[in-house]
Amino acid sequence: MVEKIAFVDVLKDKAVDDLLHDLSRFEYTYKAEITNVYPLTQTERLYQIQIKDPDERNRFIFRPGQFVMLELPGIGESPFSISSSPLRRGDIELCIRGVGNLTNFLARLERGAEVGISGPFGTSFPVETMQGQNIMLIAGGLGLVPLRAPILHVLEHRSRYGEVDIIYGAKQPSELLFTYQYEMWRKFDISLNIIVDKADESWQGPVGLITETLKERIVVRNAETLASNTFAIVCGPPVMFKYVCKMLTEAGLPMQKMFVSLERRMHCGRGKCCRCNIGSTYTCLEGPVFDYWTVMNLKEAI
Amino acid sequence: MIFKVFAKDELTRLFEVLSVNRVVGPVQKGLDRKNRPIYSFEVVDNFDDLRLDYPSTLYPAKRYFLPFEETLSSFTLESGSWEKHVDYNVYQPQVMFGMHACDINALNKLDKVLINSVHPTPYYASKRRNMFIIGIECMPQPHCFCRSMGADTVQHGFDMFLTDLGDRYFAEILSSTAYNYLLKIKTMEASETDHQEYRQVVREKSSKFTTHVDTTDLTKILDMEFQADVWKQWGDKCLSCGTCANVCPTCYCYGVQETVDMNLQAATKTKQLYSCNLIDFAEVAGGHNFRPEAHIRLKYRYYHKHRGFVEAFEESLCVGCGRCGESCLANINVPEVIASVRYEE
Ligand SMILES: Cc1cc2nc3c(=O)[nH]c(=O)nc-3n(C[C@H](O)[C@H](O)[C@H](O)COP(=O)(O)OP(=O)(O)OC[C@H]3O[C@@H](n4cnc5c(N)ncnc54)[C@H](O)[C@@H]3O)c2cc1C
Ligand code: SF4
Ligand code: SF4
Ligand code: FES
Repeated sequence: MVEKIAFVDVLKDKAVDDLLHDLSRFEYTYKAEITNVYPLTQTERLYQIQIKDPDERNRFIFRPGQFVMLELPGIGESPFSISSSPLRRGDIELCIRGVGNLTNFLARLERGAEVGISGPFGTSFPVETMQGQNIMLIAGGLGLVPLRAPILHVLEHRSRYGEVDIIYGAKQPSELLFTYQYEMWRKFDISLNIIVDKADESWQGPVGLITETLKERIVVRNAETLASNTFAIVCGPPVMFKYVCKMLTEAGLPMQKMFVSLERRMHCGRGKCCRCNIGSTYTCLEGPVFDYWTVMNLKEAI
Repeated sequence: MIFKVFAKDELTRLFEVLSVNRVVGPVQKGLDRKNRPIYSFEVVDNFDDLRLDYPSTLYPAKRYFLPFEETLSSFTLESGSWEKHVDYNVYQPQVMFGMHACDINALNKLDKVLINSVHPTPYYASKRRNMFIIGIECMPQPHCFCRSMGADTVQHGFDMFLTDLGDRYFAEILSSTAYNYLLKIKTMEASETDHQEYRQVVREKSSKFTTHVDTTDLTKILDMEFQADVWKQWGDKCLSCGTCANVCPTCYCYGVQETVDMNLQAATKTKQLYSCNLIDFAEVAGGHNFRPEAHIRLKYRYYHKHRGFVEAFEESLCVGCGRCGESCLANINVPEVIASVRYEE
């Protein structure tokens, strides 16, 4: 059976055949370095992570909304949304909340530490299709993290988009992410509206639920443009995006022009482990970005 | 397709020719509580240990393709740096001697997700491609409903398929490897009599099915009955033990774990087959569980197999082998579950 065992050897040769190439990529991890890490809040840290090999770094092309699998050898592997601009390629930023095994271990690492990255995986926000139209970017809590890549993309291509609203709700002011960038976003002619559930002494902005701010912005942007000339991206916990999408639908925004990013347990990111399935849709392949029409048709999505 | 026939004792010769490789086949592995023999796919050294007339096995041959536990990679760790080593765990070709059509169909279904997909998995592909598979015709057992699932015959995914014609075997030859091996034993061209006898066996098999599942419009019915009470009733019985996935030839879901060696110089990334009926299957950090209740998980298992997979590949992810029903302590089985969802009870 000599002709059969050849398969294994060919695999090592990195042969020309596409399948063999893909097969050898399956468990491939880019070596990357944490070049910087700083706390954004009590529980979230921003990690700047650079793929070490310059060629690999340059070839690492992703689209806003996609995620990577971050691997700490011996600790585990988990999915995280890329939170940096696509222009920076394999020099990415991840904003990570310490919640479990891997994320808490990560919080103890210092800059210079070597980690593994694979990906990018999943679907993305169709920022090209959105050109020429208004955009509403709506985030609740940690939802600002996956939203930051499309925000940065819009900032870098500001002339291609109409009016841009960011509507961002957090539990309390101390949980707000990327506070140091708000000034810059506003200077790029973006309407940034932040609301918190509970104020503290320093807080001067509005207090309440994100839907209140959204209601105001819907009035400002009026029903006509919403129906004909607007895209929305909504990221946050399921209860939040459910209400937000419902409001937007009632305001006339078509369901297929609303995009959400869903989160499920993931162990592979490659459509193999089934842990991420919603109904029988793989969140890692057909998501994490879905249009709202698709979400409505997914059994057990909301 | 090429057909040949050969006398029964020639099969022993074929076994010997093939046995320079590792041969896996059905053997009897003891008795169950009711004194019925238990059959299992094991490594076979001696042709006489093979039970080619086995009714069915408790476990599928899955572990030779998708081991329950498998090392995906290992790491050497050295002062803040590491190297990753990947091994697909194929050390020798294997011969599968005597698989039923349903189990070969199960492999063909696994191929669709695991090889012919966006991220083909080398661990499975390398084992699958290094197999020589001999199929063997069988007679339906009371729990078999492969015919309803279109899995009672198999068109591809094997090297040669044998049908017992009494004093000789009728061989369907699919691969050149199989053809070459058959040159080493005494075979004859299949005659018109052989064809007729073969068709007779197939007719007999077809007439012997006692369990049926109606799959007409099933994807739509499953969608309509997503909130149906029957799920709750089955779910209340389910022990969330995961046995059904364990014995299923088409279940492939898994979990990944990494561990560091005691000396802190090496680490291992291990994959373990899992089951969507286990409680933490869809639980995320912080404790939120997307499928907290047994009936929701059980329903998900049926949806994945009989709806989602059908949507993606126009066939179901169930071959109707009936193993899950046979092994379930709560007596939950596909024909009854589907019938109840269709309100046919
Ligand atoms: C597409 C996507 C993007 C994400 N982006 C971010 C992000 O930008 N920032 C951030 O802080 N978190 C993000 N998460 C959540 C993050 O993956 C989990 O917080 C992380 O997996 C927890 O791992 P752990 O080892 O610390 O927790 P443990 O509870 O120890 O989890 C063990 C394993 O279970 C799986 N798991 C547990 N919780 C989750 C979860 N919520 N999602 C997916 N897998 C999980 C992982 O494989 C993990 O390694 C994202 C999740 C998904 C699916
Ligand atoms: S259906 Fe039966 S075998 Fe499967 S998890 Fe439930 S009790 Fe266990
Ligand atoms: S679901 Fe049950 S009957 Fe269907 S292939 Fe799996 S074990 Fe066999
Ligand atoms: S994360 Fe494994 S299948 Fe999606």
